[in-house]
Amino acid sequence: MKVLYFASLREALGTGGEDLALPAGIATVGALRDHFAARGGAWAALTQTKNLRCAVNQRMVGFDAAVSDGDEVAFFPPVTGG
Amino acid sequence: MTVSVQQADFDVGAEIAALGGDGIGAVASFVGLVRADKVSANDADAVRAMTLEHYPAMTQSALEDIVAQARARWDLLGVRVIHRVGRLLPGDRIVFVGVASSHRHDAFAACEFIMDYLKTRAPFWKREETAGGARWVDARESDDAALGRWSKGE
Repeated sequence: MKVLYFASLREALGTGGEDLALPAGIATVGALRDHFAARGGAWAALTQTKNLRCAVNQRMVGFDAAVSDGDEVAFFPPVTGG
Repeated sequence: MTVSVQQADFDVGAEIAALGGDGIGAVASFVGLVRADKVSANDADAVRAMTLEHYPAMTQSALEDIVAQARARWDLLGVRVIHRVGRLLPGDRIVFVGVASSHRHDAFAACEFIMDYLKTRAPFWKREETAGGARWVDARESDDAALGRWSKGE
């Protein structure tokens, strides 16, 4: 699967994304976020960013949305376009 | 072509003119600009430039989804949305929304609806450059509130 980070979150993590196999036991976007946050250090930004948003396969979803291997998951702060 | 995400500027007059056609009695449009703050150019907080980042694989489909929702709510005869990305200067145009319909009410309402949804659902992020450094623009709670009114029966 592919995981992407944008804007201030991308800067805080020092990476725009990564390719990986879906970790064992992870079924939702929220669980995936917590899995990455548990890496510690800068990764805590995933649980500390106010009103973090997420998308699965380019659609904004809630953190209870299901994820499977092969999905493109994105984490980002609230959008500020327009 | 209904939706465009591009670095290039756009011609407001040409975009509005292109929304004319059979049955159209009203065209409402909105143009968003990089705000030129009323502060001295020496002010460390004055915005000197702004960079729009986006999620390229998602941006187009998110905007198309917003337009589809507007078309489902109102009787629209034409819609055009343009959003710029990249580095922009104060006074530069950022976004254009144009809506054509038979009567003004549908055009006004749909134009505002599209902007309210775009502000909270389309994956763009603004980063401001000032003399004191660069900073990401914080989302405004008022934008969420603006979106909420469309789900309360208008």
